[in-house]
Amino acid sequence: MFKLLKSFRKKEWLITIVSTCLIVMQVWLELKMPDYMSKVTILVQTEGSKMSDILINGGYMLLCAFGSLVGAVIVGYLIAILSAGFSKKLRGKLFRKVEEMSMSDVKDFSTNSLITRTTNDITHVEMFVGFGLQLLIKAPVTAVWAITKILNKSWEWSMVTAVAVVILLVVIGILTIIVLPKFKIVQKLTDKLNEVTRENLTGIRVVRAFNAEDYQEKKFKNVNDDLTNLQLFNQKSMSIMSPVMYLIMYMLTLIIYFIGAYLIKDAMMADKIALFGDMVVFSSYAMQIIMSFLMLAMIFMILPRAEVSASRINEVLDTDISVKDGNVETKKEVGTIEFKNVSFKYPDAEEYVLRNISFKANKGDTVAFIGSTGSGKSTLVNLVVRFYDVTEGEILVDGINIKDYKLEYLYKLIGYVPQKAVMFNGTVNSNIAYGEAKEVITDKAVKEAAKVAQADDFVSKMDDGYASHIAQGGTNVSGGQKQRLAIARAIAKNPEIYIFDDSFSALDYKTDAVLRKELKKYMKDATSLIVAQRIGTIMNADKIIVLDNGTSVGVGTHEELLKSCEVYKEIALSQLSKEELDNAKTK
Amino acid sequence: MPRPNREVAKAKDFKGAIKRLINELSEFKKLTIIALVLAALGAILTIVTPDILSNLTDEISNGLVMNKDNFEKITKEVTNSLNEENISKVIKIDFSEKNIGSIMMDSDIFFEDKQSFQKILEEMQSNPDSGMKLIASVPESILSKLVVSNTKDTIKFIKSLSGNVEVPDSIAKELFHEFEIDGVKISVNDQKEFLKIVSRLNENMDATSIYAKVDEMPSSIKTLVEPYMNIDKIKNIAIVLVTIYLISAIFTYFESILMCDVSNNFARKLRGNISSKINKLPLKYFDKHAIGDTLSRVTNDVDIIAQSMNQSLSTLVSAITLFVGTTIMMFVTNWVMAITAILASLFGFVFMAVVLGKSQKYFVAKQKELGALNGHIEEVYSGLNVVKTYNGQKISNGKFDELNDKLYKANWKSEFLSGLMMPMMNFIGNFGYVAVCVVGALLALNGHISFGVIVAFIVYVRLFVSPLSQIAQAMTSLQSTAAASERVFEFLDEKEMLDESKLTKSLDKKEVKGNIEFKYDGNETPTIKNFSAKAKAGQKIAIVGPTGAGKTTMVNLLMKFYDINSGEILIDGVSTKELTRENVHSLFTMVLQDTWVFNGTVRDNIVYNTENVTDKEVENVCKTVGLDHFIKTLPDGYNTILSDNDSVSAGQRQLLTIARGMLQDAPFLILDEATSNVDTRTEELVQKAMDKLTHGKTSFIIAHRLSTIKNADLILVMNNGNIIEQGNHEELMKQKGFYADLYNSQFKL
Repeated sequence: MFKLLKSFRKKEWLITIVSTCLIVMQVWLELKMPDYMSKVTILVQTEGSKMSDILINGGYMLLCAFGSLVGAVIVGYLIAILSAGFSKKLRGKLFRKVEEMSMSDVKDFSTNSLITRTTNDITHVEMFVGFGLQLLIKAPVTAVWAITKILNKSWEWSMVTAVAVVILLVVIGILTIIVLPKFKIVQKLTDKLNEVTRENLTGIRVVRAFNAEDYQEKKFKNVNDDLTNLQLFNQKSMSIMSPVMYLIMYMLTLIIYFIGAYLIKDAMMADKIALFGDMVVFSSYAMQIIMSFLMLAMIFMILPRAEVSASRINEVLDTDISVKDGNVETKKEVGTIEFKNVSFKYPDAEEYVLRNISFKANKGDTVAFIGSTGSGKSTLVNLVVRFYDVTEGEILVDGINIKDYKLEYLYKLIGYVPQKAVMFNGTVNSNIAYGEAKEVITDKAVKEAAKVAQADDFVSKMDDGYASHIAQGGTNVSGGQKQRLAIARAIAKNPEIYIFDDSFSALDYKTDAVLRKELKKYMKDATSLIVAQRIGTIMNADKIIVLDNGTSVGVGTHEELLKSCEVYKEIALSQLSKEELDNAKTK
Repeated sequence: MPRPNREVAKAKDFKGAIKRLINELSEFKKLTIIALVLAALGAILTIVTPDILSNLTDEISNGLVMNKDNFEKITKEVTNSLNEENISKVIKIDFSEKNIGSIMMDSDIFFEDKQSFQKILEEMQSNPDSGMKLIASVPESILSKLVVSNTKDTIKFIKSLSGNVEVPDSIAKELFHEFEIDGVKISVNDQKEFLKIVSRLNENMDATSIYAKVDEMPSSIKTLVEPYMNIDKIKNIAIVLVTIYLISAIFTYFESILMCDVSNNFARKLRGNISSKINKLPLKYFDKHAIGDTLSRVTNDVDIIAQSMNQSLSTLVSAITLFVGTTIMMFVTNWVMAITAILASLFGFVFMAVVLGKSQKYFVAKQKELGALNGHIEEVYSGLNVVKTYNGQKISNGKFDELNDKLYKANWKSEFLSGLMMPMMNFIGNFGYVAVCVVGALLALNGHISFGVIVAFIVYVRLFVSPLSQIAQAMTSLQSTAAASERVFEFLDEKEMLDESKLTKSLDKKEVKGNIEFKYDGNETPTIKNFSAKAKAGQKIAIVGPTGAGKTTMVNLLMKFYDINSGEILIDGVSTKELTRENVHSLFTMVLQDTWVFNGTVRDNIVYNTENVTDKEVENVCKTVGLDHFIKTLPDGYNTILSDNDSVSAGQRQLLTIARGMLQDAPFLILDEATSNVDTRTEELVQKAMDKLTHGKTSFIIAHRLSTIKNADLILVMNNGNIIEQGNHEELMKQKGFYADLYNSQFKL
């Protein structure tokens, strides 16, 4: 938490200091009020006091109250600016940091966790700065000040107040110890409840097919009961809090008055009236003290939550970015990719994902990668776009080590289509023309690209054509359509090098075939790397690299590999029968 | 994806939603009413206490006021003793002409003294009653000649009569007589002291200094004059107060415990209802609604309802009671003060209402901006690979900054305005205090009210101010409750599947032969049109077609997930319309592409809902599908908990669901054989397992594999939601239609 506060600049510190001063002033005024209050009380009490005195003292009291209000408004304004500005800055910092991260950094955190950190966690910290900071300054100042004000009044009263504070703290303490850990369990059970419901919903066909409705309901009922019972326990325990709090406050006043009665009775005549005034003042100061301890207790309840959030934010901010940007903005060749003895393992992992991969793709070549899941084919193409950096060896694009390129420059050379199509909130047009390419992407280029990607048909049928809205995550288009739009995005960019990371899997055979035919026509001069599952998709590639467990077990054309590579043959045969393979060859 | 901040929803029909909520609560009616009555009682007790507290204060302040009666009695006694007659008895003054003459002649006496003496004499003559006071002013030189029993004491005494009376012992003895008030004897000496102190009192002295003199008085008088504090009465009041405080605390405690019970059990009931509703809704509902939507109803919405029931409801009741009660009590106590208090707070509330209205606007804006910003963050983070490779950072940063700035603006405004609430409340409280004190003092000075009334009103003002803001808060939370309950009830009111309790026909899965027949019967705008086909027992039917062609719809119809609009599906000659869904489900084994594995042990996942399955059977099935070895390598074997982590590969998951289906052993099989995420070796295993599963069953296979298609007894070719061709491979290839095209496309590039 405090580490984050270190990011305060001069302006923020100034605001904090001014706020602190104002808060101190506020406390001073608020503690001054009981003085006037007691004066008014005494004046009202004694016979023969003049109305003007009451008015004057009442006026002073109102002045104090108004001053405190003005102080509070200014502090409220400053703190609102401070906390909103703080969270804005922090959010911006975090966002840019995440954008800079390499995919392996992201993977370390998991995307979901990063999202939570940028949204929820920042909100928690902001809440603490906005609310807690003010209390954190105000509560101790008030407590200490009020205590010094009443310390010399009467030790009996002080004792009673001290006892009340102790009781209060003990009650809060006990409740915290008992209930706080259970609150964490509530979260877990809520997750569990969500999980069981989600399970029922995602598997609804299975549940019904197995007539397992009762089974699921029983499962749900168990979690539901657990959750309800725990909630009941927690809330019932917490129920004691408010009555006890009020009881303590009321009783404290009563006891102060009661003791006061005895004190007054035994006092000299001369001290009686003063004592009475003291009594009234004391009880209001005692309330202030109790309140400030309550505030402190509250801070200690919300602080841990903010603390956790703050450390989660710091974790991200402190991450070293594993992929460093280069500065080269020229190239030696056009459309070439070369792997030189590339090996890769994830940081901290023991096993290599890729071992000793070497190949070269020249301008216009199509290089395909095939292999079973976990063979490292996706990882291989991800290395080219520097989502991860190679552990050993080097990758050259257009004759220059990709580590030397300025990333922005490198990315302009490459059109990458990921496994899972990504759609952004916007229009079809903005999704296809996304980002910054070598040249500005015109509407004409967008339409052209969509045609090649077999997307023009369905886009034209949409209500607003290319201006049709695409929802966040592309939830309003089907998986196949998303993939076609993602391919169109790469085409519109008109890159030298295409990378298709299993980008055709959501397409049916027919669309797949037509698309590839069109694509081949369109990108004659471009080099492309294709990762695929289907033999059909890659059969006609110039070079097929067969990966098994991270190593290259075969390189060549379809025909060559069928003869020479056992793994390739196995894969091919699992998808097509022998005669079909023969059949295909002859076409 | 985490969705931390939902937009503030407003109910479409606030009244309707609340009414419905109250109806649903009927089973908890008694407890709720008791709780609310307790809340109201608690509030009433809170209102009563200030009055009692003011009594206590009155009692204590009684201890500040001197006993005037006694004081006056003593003063009277003492002054009586000091009258002319008494004094002249003690002190003889020679006013004979002879004496006066000799004084006038005395050359030792200054002329000025003689002159003033002359004046006093003249005065005495014109005003014979003024006696001793005038004598006291006679110059000392003359006085000593005037007094007969001329002693120092007498002179001193006479002289003091003009100011601070001091009675020398010798004279006091003769002048005063001991007397008694309320059984307290006041000695001559005490009277003498008393006289000395009282005569020194100055008219301009304030109460405190007068009171200070009391301390100097002789103890006998002090006890009589001292303020009397009725400690017993104070004790009694205190005991009453303690009792009320305790009772009120107990009420509050029980009220909140009861509300806990009600709200949580109500939440439990709602959740349970939603859960069982899920299983009663037609599948179509879930095809149309996102999972997250239903999920948020189970958790978020129910939580909101429970929370606001737990807090707002009782707060609302006690706040309203407090508000009404305080108003009544104030008017009963003193109407002038009541109007003062109400006016004083009113002006604050008008201001606050304005502030609150404004802050609400910014609050909604804040939620909206936050939602937009979080959406953008989600989008960029989850599509980071594309953002990076398409150099989209600049765009996304621009958008982020714009949204972030908008959020910042709405954020600080809403925070600032909502932060004003507390200080405003405090100020209104203080303002009310001063107003009440000033007006109270005015009234008290005129003797209209006692100080206790002021103290009571000080508390009333506070009690009057707080419920208003509580009511405002409770109302806003009721708004969101209404919105939440609307969503929950909307779900609970969804149309359920047709009631099937009247269906009596049933097919036993052990005796079904396995014939299935689709009968077409004039359909208007169906998904699957005009389709009739027949499958004989043990046949293999492949369903092929591009994505979105309606293959899943076929499955939905077969499984009776969807109802057939017209026509029928016959199983062994019996229409599925005449069979319950349960019966149809029990006849089919279904293995789908998205392998559904739930959080639980491997064994639980395989056995699932099938009853009476021995461990041996589970193991056998796993051996058959080739899963046994893998399961045994898991840390806890069959008892290993499966969760979302990747310890089990996609292929193994598929094998697991196949094992599950195999255990069910139904005569019909529906199989989605896509294995796109499975590596080659596992794929072989899966293939083998599927072959074993189809053995001897009538099977419908959503085909992705050429070998399956070719071997099928019947191929149903689907496109655009319709079955456009059917027949076996050879027949269809000969047709050179859609199927032939589809088949050949695999080999083209």
